[in-house]
Amino acid sequence: MQVPILKQGGVLIATIQAALSDADLLELRTALVQQVVRYRSSGVIVDVTAMDVMDSFASRTLLEISHMIRLRGAPTVIVGIQPEVAFAMVQLGLTLEDIPTALDLEEGLAYLKQKARSIN
Amino acid sequence: MAADTQILIASDKDVVTARQQGRAVALQTGFSVSEATLIATAISELARNIVSYANQGRVTLKPLHGPNGASGLTIVASDSGPGIADVTLALRDGYSSSGGLGLGLPGVRRLMDEFDIVSSAGSGTTVTITKWLP
Amino acid sequence: MQREKNMLKEPAIQKNRPAELARNEPKLELLRELVAHLRQNRTLLREEWVARIAEAQLLTAMTQEEIFAEATSVYDSYVAALETGTFEALQAYARNLSERIIPRGVETHEVVGIVLLLRDVLARSLFAKYQTDFEKLNRILDAYEPAANRIANTVAVGFVQERERVIRQQQEAIRELSTPVLQVRERLLILPIIGVIDPQRARQLTEQLLRGIRTNRAKVVVIDITGVAAMDVTVANHLVQTVEASRLLGATVIVTGLSPEIAQTLVTIGVDLGKMNTVGDLQGGIEQAERLLGYKVVNPEQGPGEGR
Repeated sequence: MQVPILKQGGVLIATIQAALSDADLLELRTALVQQVVRYRSSGVIVDVTAMDVMDSFASRTLLEISHMIRLRGAPTVIVGIQPEVAFAMVQLGLTLEDIPTALDLEEGLAYLKQKARSIN
Repeated sequence: MAADTQILIASDKDVVTARQQGRAVALQTGFSVSEATLIATAISELARNIVSYANQGRVTLKPLHGPNGASGLTIVASDSGPGIADVTLALRDGYSSSGGLGLGLPGVRRLMDEFDIVSSAGSGTTVTITKWLP
Repeated sequence: MQREKNMLKEPAIQKNRPAELARNEPKLELLRELVAHLRQNRTLLREEWVARIAEAQLLTAMTQEEIFAEATSVYDSYVAALETGTFEALQAYARNLSERIIPRGVETHEVVGIVLLLRDVLARSLFAKYQTDFEKLNRILDAYEPAANRIANTVAVGFVQERERVIRQQQEAIRELSTPVLQVRERLLILPIIGVIDPQRARQLTEQLLRGIRTNRAKVVVIDITGVAAMDVTVANHLVQTVEASRLLGATVIVTGLSPEIAQTLVTIGVDLGKMNTVGDLQGGIEQAERLLGYKVVNPEQGPGEGR
């Protein structure tokens, strides 16, 4: 199952569906990095609103995505983590370390805009 | 009384099936959305271990009705793969056998009320976890 | 020659052991006969059952019309379960029924009572019908009893489970009422925690806060623990998890009112207090929150001669 990736200005937005398998996540990692290079994106948003469960693999892969994209000079923001999922994550000890997070797509875009402004 | 549900785990798609069914059964048993998410997360970890280390195995969901009318859910994740040589080490927080976050067993134990693991090198692994309704 | 032998055998069996052969009459046939009988006499038996319910003074919280309507549904479900041998439909009906009657104040012993009464009414009707054929009566009862007991069990358990679910919901609601998450300004939530927190309450607090962050689109949360006397390691862990989970939802947490004792507990479990956003008191915490949100903070303590 492919994860749809939209381009909005200089930002790439990947919207994850609920029934995402490990292979799908790895595909997403590859696709995002390719597209960041192709479009010289200034930022990436991964929308996990529909994700029913965030386990250690998903968390690890999101960290990898964030690090790989940072190497291209762009920040990644994870948005839309559901309250129940966040609760389960912290109990498992998954904190997404230093990846910025925001409540939803709107907040994520605002964050990227603010970050871009503070850099310039 | 609800019957057991068995899910064969042989690919990462089965991991998704297992956690979705686990969530559904948890909700049916009476757990809240929060608790069902915890249970689904634990199942995801265990099922993935099966795929990663044993190629195939099965996850069984067993709704429970204990003494005094308590309700709960037991999940058994079993495989006949290579087994875990040192279970104590695997249960120690931070232990990793394949880089990254390892087997996630300490995390799974934290999420559930009861946790049991039987495993030894060469004879497969069976993890049994249980959560009770408060 | 073999066939001859068999033919000789069969009549011999019939002669010598009629009871045993008769017992092999498929249970299915008996149940079918039983169900037909219950359907034919539906009106009569239902009325008798309703009368016995009134006699036993059960379901006093319901009106006669309601009892009659429910009795009809229960009767039909009962017979259907006997007929199909499956109990899922009955289970679903039992839950449904319980959902309706629990708010009316119907109690467990009443539900168990009426199902047992129905079982009796039907059993007696079977006695009456087959009283001349004692042997057949036994067989019919053999078929009926296990099924009837299972039905009684299914209905009772369904009722009890529904009741427990309702009680849990009520308890949850009560806990929610006693731990309010307050929206003080746009994007700013305050969670004052007072008194003793046990792990269950702590868990609920976290869930409520996270839901609140989502609903109110909060960007900053001030958790005030001035009113908390002491905190054990489990609850301290919950606090840390709450802070971490809030961050995953894009909110920053400021903890205020941290006593030296609680600070010590946090350090014991390995919390880097330098990394946690802490302010002395609630007022200070709110001010910092407003600064984070970009509001200008005006110091209300202007001297007496200034301002209006």
